[in-house]
Amino acid sequence: MSKQVADAAPARPAGTAQRGTADGGPGGRRRRPVTGTAHRRTSASVPVRKVSMWAQIKRDRSLLLMTVPVIVLLAVFAYVPMAGNIIAWQDYSPYVGIVDSPFVAWDNFERVFTNPLFLNAVKNTLLITAFQLVFFFPIPIALALLLNSVITPAIRTTIQSIVYLPHFFSWVIVVTVFQQIFGGASQLHRILAGHGVHFDLMTDPDTFLILITSQAVWKDAGWGIIIFLAALSTVDPALYEAAVVDGASRRRRTWHVTLPALRPVIILLLILRLGDALTVGFEQLILQRGAVGPGAAEVIDTYVYYQGVIAGDWSFAAAAGLVKGVVSMLLVLGANKLAHVFGEAGVYQRA
Amino acid sequence: MTVQLQRSATVAGPVRRVRRSKHRPIWEEQPTIAGYVGKTVALTLIVLAVLYPLYTIVLTSISTQATINAAGGLVTVPGEITFAAYRQILSGGIVTRATLVSIGITAVGTLLSTTVSVLCAYGLSRPNSFAHRPILFLLLATMFFGAGMIPTYLLVSHLGLIDSYWALILPTAVSAFNVLIVRNFFMGIDQAITDAARIDGAGEWRVLGQIVLPMSKAVTAVVALFYGVGYWNAFFNAMLYINDNSKWPLQLVLRSYVLQGVTLPGSGVGQVDVASGAVTGLPVKMAVVVMAIVPVLIVYPFVQRHFTKGVIFGAIKG
Repeated sequence: MSKQVADAAPARPAGTAQRGTADGGPGGRRRRPVTGTAHRRTSASVPVRKVSMWAQIKRDRSLLLMTVPVIVLLAVFAYVPMAGNIIAWQDYSPYVGIVDSPFVAWDNFERVFTNPLFLNAVKNTLLITAFQLVFFFPIPIALALLLNSVITPAIRTTIQSIVYLPHFFSWVIVVTVFQQIFGGASQLHRILAGHGVHFDLMTDPDTFLILITSQAVWKDAGWGIIIFLAALSTVDPALYEAAVVDGASRRRRTWHVTLPALRPVIILLLILRLGDALTVGFEQLILQRGAVGPGAAEVIDTYVYYQGVIAGDWSFAAAAGLVKGVVSMLLVLGANKLAHVFGEAGVYQRA
Repeated sequence: MTVQLQRSATVAGPVRRVRRSKHRPIWEEQPTIAGYVGKTVALTLIVLAVLYPLYTIVLTSISTQATINAAGGLVTVPGEITFAAYRQILSGGIVTRATLVSIGITAVGTLLSTTVSVLCAYGLSRPNSFAHRPILFLLLATMFFGAGMIPTYLLVSHLGLIDSYWALILPTAVSAFNVLIVRNFFMGIDQAITDAARIDGAGEWRVLGQIVLPMSKAVTAVVALFYGVGYWNAFFNAMLYINDNSKWPLQLVLRSYVLQGVTLPGSGVGQVDVASGAVTGLPVKMAVVVMAIVPVLIVYPFVQRHFTKGVIFGAIKG
C-alpha cells in the first residue's frame, strides 16, 4: 500500500528524496502527481525546513513498507474482531451473519449482569486475583532478594537458569506434573489414604485457590525475579557502602537501600497485575475446570468460552467478553493514572 | 573494584572461620552461620522443587513396568532402564504426528512472527519518520484492549481457517510487547553508525540487514524464543480451531491422553489397567510429557544468557 503511495509522490523535493536511492524504481520517479493533495505542497508559503507529507512518505517508504505486515496482521486479527464485538448488541446467529442479525440494544448486557453464573465467575476471578496478589506477588521479590545475596557469580547464574526454566513449560505440562505428584494416582495420595486421609488436591474445590496459586508459583515465580534482579543490579554499591559507614545493619540496608530501588518496578508490576485483574490464567483454569467443577474454577474467560463456543450463545458471550475487556482497559488506565499521582513512572508516560 | 576485592581477600581471608569470599565487597560483614545455613537450605529446596519433578518424570519414562510397580507410581530411585515407551510413541501414530505438527507450526510461526516483528520494529525505530506515532499507537492499543475470544473465533471461522494450521499461527503472530522490546533495542543503537551507512548509500533494508541485525542478535534470539515457546506451548487455540484430531499439536494430545486419560487407540497412551491401578501406560504418558519438554530444554541454554539484556532492556525502558 505504501509502495503505491510512494510511487504516486512526485520527486520534486530533491534533497530529501535522494536518500533512498537503493530502492524504488526509476519509473516511479518520473510519474506525474496523481492526487490533488500533492499540489498543496508546492505552495510558496511552506517554510523551508518543513518537509511535505508526500516527501516524507517518499523518504520513509522503506520504513513504512516494513511495518506493513504487522499492520495487516493487526488489522485483520486484532481490529476486525474489535469491530466484531458489535454482535454484543445483536441477536447474532452464524446462519444469518453479522450483517443481517437484528439489533437488540442492551439486552445481552442486561442478561449478562443479571446472570448468577456470570456473577459467580466474576467473584471467582476477583478472588483468585486477590489471593494471588497476597500469596504470589511477594514471592518473586523475596526470591530476588535471596538470590541477590548470593555473591558467587557461578552459583547465582546457575540457580537463575534453573528457576527461570518452568516459565517455558506449557500449562498442560505444569498441570500434568502436579497431577502426577499430588493427584489421585500418586504415591502421596496413596500414603495419605493409608493414614485415612482421603484428600485429592487436584479435584477439591475448597483448596482450588491454593492449588492454582502453587502451580503459578512453580511456573512463574522464578521468571518473575528477572526484572527485580535487573533493578537490583542498577543500585550503586556506594550506597550500601555509605550505609555501612553510617552503621546500618544488613536488615536496615535492605529496608533503606534495596527496597526503595525496587519500588518503581514493584509499582509497575502492580499496575500490570491490576490491569490483568480479570485475566487469571485462562489455560490453567480451563484445563482444570472439569476436574474441580465450575463452582470454584469458573472465571470470566472460561465462562465466555463455554457460553459462546460450546453453548453457541454468541451475542451473550461477546457481551460478557466485551464487559471484561472494557473494565480491564479502564483498570490499566486508572492504575497508571494513580502511579503518576504518586510520582512514579508507571507503564507509559505522556511524551 | 578488583583492587578492593583482592585486598578484602588478603586482609580477611585467613582469620575468619568461614573463608571470606573474594566476591564479597570489603564493607559487607560476614553472614552469621545460621543465616548462611538458612540461605543454603532455602535455595537448595527451591532448586529441588524445580528439578525433582523433571527428574522423576524423565526417569519414569525410561523405567520398566516392574520398576514402576515397585515404586508404586513415579520412580525416584533408578531401576531397570528401557526405552520401550519412546519406541512406542515414535513408531508412527498420533504422538509422532502431533510432534511433527508442533514442530512445523513452531518453525513456521516463529520465523513469520520474528521476521514481521523485527521489520516493524525497525520501521518504527527512526525518530521522526513518517506516521510512526499513529502506527505505534495502533500497536500499543492492542496491549490495552483485546478484541475478545468470541469475535476472534467468529473471524477465524469466517475466514475458513477452522482445521487449518494457519489458525494456530496468524491470530497470535504479532505480539506488541515483543515488537516494542526489539524497537527499544534498535533505538538504543548509536545513530552515528546507521547514519554513516546511509551516507555511504545504503538503503534502509541494507542498514537493517547488514548493520542493525548483526548488532541485535541477542534481542532477536530472545524474541524468537518467546514466540517459539508461545507456539510450542499453545494448546487452547488448537482446542478452539482444530477439530480434526489427526491435526492436533502435541500439547493438545498431551492434554487429552495424558491429563484427561482418554484412551488413545493403538499407541498404548492412556490405557488403564483397572486391576493394578492407573499405572499401566505411565511410562508412555511420561514419555509424551518429556517429548513436550525436550525442545524447550534444547533451545533454552543457548538463549538463556541473553534474557536479562533482551528482556529488561525492553521492559524497563518500554
